[in-house]
Amino acid sequence: MTALLEVEDLHVEFRTRDGVAKVLNGVGYHVDAGETLAVLGESGSGKSVTAQTIMGILDTPPAFVTKGAIRFHGEDLLTASDDRRRDVRGDGIAMIFQDALSALNPVFTVGFQIEEQLRIRRGMSRKDARARAVELLDLVKIPNAANRVREYPHQFSGGMRQRAMIAMSLALDPEMLIADEPTTALDVTVQAQIMDLLREIQVEREMGLILITHDLGVVADVADRIAVMYAGRIIEHADVFQLFRAPGHPYTESLLESLPRLDLKGQELKTIKGLPPSLTNIPPGCPFHPRCPRAVDVCRTDVPANHRLGLDRTSACHFAEEVVSRG
Amino acid sequence: MGRYVLRRLLQLIPVFLGTTFIIYALVWAIPQDPFAGKCGQRACPESYVAAMSEKFHFDDPLPLQYLKYMGNILTGDFGDTFSGVSVGEQIGAAYPTTVKLAVVALLIEALIGVTAGVLTGLRKQGFLDNLVLVSTLFLISLPVFVTGFVLRLYLGPQGLDLFDVGVDATDPTFGQLILPGFVLGSTSMAYVARLTRSSIAENRHADYVRTAIAKGQPTRRVVGVHLLRNSLIPVITFLGTDLGSLMGGAVVTEGVFNINGIGGLIFRGIQEKEGITVTGVVTMLVLVYLLMSLVVDLLYAVLDPRIRYE
Amino acid sequence: MSDPGAGGAGLERAAAAAVGDLSRVDDSAQRQGKPRSLWSDAWGELRRKPTFIVSLVIILVVVVMAAFPSLFTSVDPRAANLDNYLKKPSADAWFGYDVQGYDVYARAIYGARASLLVGLFSTILTVLVGSVVGIFAGYAKTWIDSLLSRVGDIFAGVPFVLGAIVILTTFNSPTENPSAVRIITQVVLSIAALSWPVSMRIMRSATLVAKQQDYVKAARGLGASPLRIVFRHLLPNTVAPVLVYATIALGAFIGAEATLAFLGIGLRPPVVSWGVMISESRDYFQAAPHMLLFPAGFVTITVLAFVVLGDAVRDALDPKSR
Repeated sequence: MTALLEVEDLHVEFRTRDGVAKVLNGVGYHVDAGETLAVLGESGSGKSVTAQTIMGILDTPPAFVTKGAIRFHGEDLLTASDDRRRDVRGDGIAMIFQDALSALNPVFTVGFQIEEQLRIRRGMSRKDARARAVELLDLVKIPNAANRVREYPHQFSGGMRQRAMIAMSLALDPEMLIADEPTTALDVTVQAQIMDLLREIQVEREMGLILITHDLGVVADVADRIAVMYAGRIIEHADVFQLFRAPGHPYTESLLESLPRLDLKGQELKTIKGLPPSLTNIPPGCPFHPRCPRAVDVCRTDVPANHRLGLDRTSACHFAEEVVSRG
Repeated sequence: MGRYVLRRLLQLIPVFLGTTFIIYALVWAIPQDPFAGKCGQRACPESYVAAMSEKFHFDDPLPLQYLKYMGNILTGDFGDTFSGVSVGEQIGAAYPTTVKLAVVALLIEALIGVTAGVLTGLRKQGFLDNLVLVSTLFLISLPVFVTGFVLRLYLGPQGLDLFDVGVDATDPTFGQLILPGFVLGSTSMAYVARLTRSSIAENRHADYVRTAIAKGQPTRRVVGVHLLRNSLIPVITFLGTDLGSLMGGAVVTEGVFNINGIGGLIFRGIQEKEGITVTGVVTMLVLVYLLMSLVVDLLYAVLDPRIRYE
Repeated sequence: MSDPGAGGAGLERAAAAAVGDLSRVDDSAQRQGKPRSLWSDAWGELRRKPTFIVSLVIILVVVVMAAFPSLFTSVDPRAANLDNYLKKPSADAWFGYDVQGYDVYARAIYGARASLLVGLFSTILTVLVGSVVGIFAGYAKTWIDSLLSRVGDIFAGVPFVLGAIVILTTFNSPTENPSAVRIITQVVLSIAALSWPVSMRIMRSATLVAKQQDYVKAARGLGASPLRIVFRHLLPNTVAPVLVYATIALGAFIGAEATLAFLGIGLRPPVVSWGVMISESRDYFQAAPHMLLFPAGFVTITVLAFVVLGDAVRDALDPKSR
């Protein structure tokens, strides 16, 4: 059974005046209908770039895809024509972004921006499009949808705006939704509401959902599987329960350890020392080795392979098996 | 929105009064003798002086003079010159020509400027881009009268004879105004091109453009609807204020092309020492300019919903 | 508001708006302890830019021309020989002769001084007045700001050319023949009087932005006097946009001098300036275009140099292009 979406060995470079940044170095993951994959990582890990490559919205130049495949229903999008890629956007795979205020066009009403999908791509009449837009706003639980459809993005509160963006992304009934840090800019309480909404929609429509985030807490509730990214690589891939119970990579371990825990009050907060590597100058061997508490010589010279830790579970560490059994 | 308009109007009034008062004072209060040179070499006869002083309220203190004058203006009475010619009529004859010229200039500058700006803003490198950058730089640096003379020499009857430069004295056709209009608008055109170019180049990478692309909207629409609608806001507001400026600045172009508009009127007013003509013309232009800036503010609110709800 | 009809003066508006972005000079604000780093970065970048070098060289040449005209020509600009009436350019006189028999090239060289002086003094005055009022308006209480802004609006409400016409003819009736010093002063004052609102707005908006920075609030919290805040904290961060504006405005004002002379209300004989030469050539344009084209060429190239320079400096100082 082929997955709905399959990213395979993706390599992307950014070529700038100051050098070539290797932003993605062999990224691979898959998502099925009805399941949620969380892509976790710090800024600069490449999680957004992967998403943008899937959608085909990278600025080329300076970005260049040098290797890999992105298969949607088995079809490799990277070799598809521009028109075909455009077809898939919004209809096959839709994307929502972090900051709804800047992601929505400030000079058009929310209704206009939803309706244009329906009118331009489905050929609906203005009247029908308007009715459907109101329905969609209702669906995402925006009160008084019939009036709010005529309002501008800046007139909405942060949470409402994000809901409106979600409504817009659902207009063409996509099979898959990529949510790039959808709640990072929102209050904690609103965050929970939005995550619930996403989950609900996903279940109802049996959509595949890729949730990009750096927030472990968000992930625990919603994700089925987690892919942890570091320096343009997936360094661990596991089922959510497995990951939290027994992480298979030192980086994941450190991430979990750095979460503040109420039951360990009074102890020092743990951090991961050091900074992520500069992508124009990735260290040899394992990219995490400068910050890894377990690093030894082999880590500095050899790039770790993806060790299989179980069915659909991998970790890119020389000592993956030991790390996992420690948990 | 209504309150916004009201507020702007209230701000405009003191500015209008301030500007026109300064002009009035400059023309009437500073020169020692408003009658110098009016009657040839000799001093003017007593009776003449007395009659004119009454008519123009010279015996009143300056602020009162000014207020009476403004009062008249606002009822449409621009007064008469010393020799009895109605200033209102003079303006009525000359002004439409200047307006035509300014409108032609605005259309040319908008069309060429925006097109050049859009084409180069979308694609920042290349021959066209460099061409536009260099030529706009030249147009901005060339004083208008130089552009005027050069173009008139080389494109007019003496040169390639592409344009008929003998402009009809009383009522030039739009065709005859194309070359002068181009000259008048040349500096602004360069500026519009650059402004459009940078606005588009900046907005091209905006998040909402990325969203529109991610939605799968056709490129035509992403650029033509989403990008343009945002990028053109500063350009349109500039064009709005420019119309007022063009009318004020037409003086020079009118001189180069011998067009009988406001410019000629002012110069004649100065030569013949008819202060009332000068104040009348300038006051009216100031009013037009201020009104245009109010219109532009309103336009801005129409174009950008974000500032509508202050 | 200066208008494009005067060619040079409209340039100012371009300058003012081009500089708008620089008011958001947030980058240097963070480097408050080392404001030099923005400037030394900018200098490093500028040194390598060919457009900057070329325009700087041109300006230096013009300055030398103005200061030491005899280096460029041995001909006396006041030697009039009517035999040479309107002669075209030749090997003896590269730019030909004008209607009174003057050597156009010599006059153009000597004319640089007046044109440059007018440009320089107008810019200094405009920037000084505008900056003082602007900082004051940006930093002081709201009603002072409103008042000063309205005053600025009043002066800005006069279209440049018309305003200059009214001012200059009021103080000099067309038949009078004012002395060189007097007319230069009047032209400089007129230009400054009509242009200071633009420079005020730039300074004001830069001040408003700088005022919001945390380090200014911190300084106030520590009890720093307003004067100290203005000089130590605000001024360094508002200098950049004003500097760019001043560079472009210098060019604009040289152009404005030429325009005013063209209209007959600016500098006039016996003063020699590029503008004067242009105005004298008005009636002879058909017969002897060289009389107008050469001084006009000087004006254009000089203005161009300043504009390009200002552009280059603006790009170098722009924190966004880092």
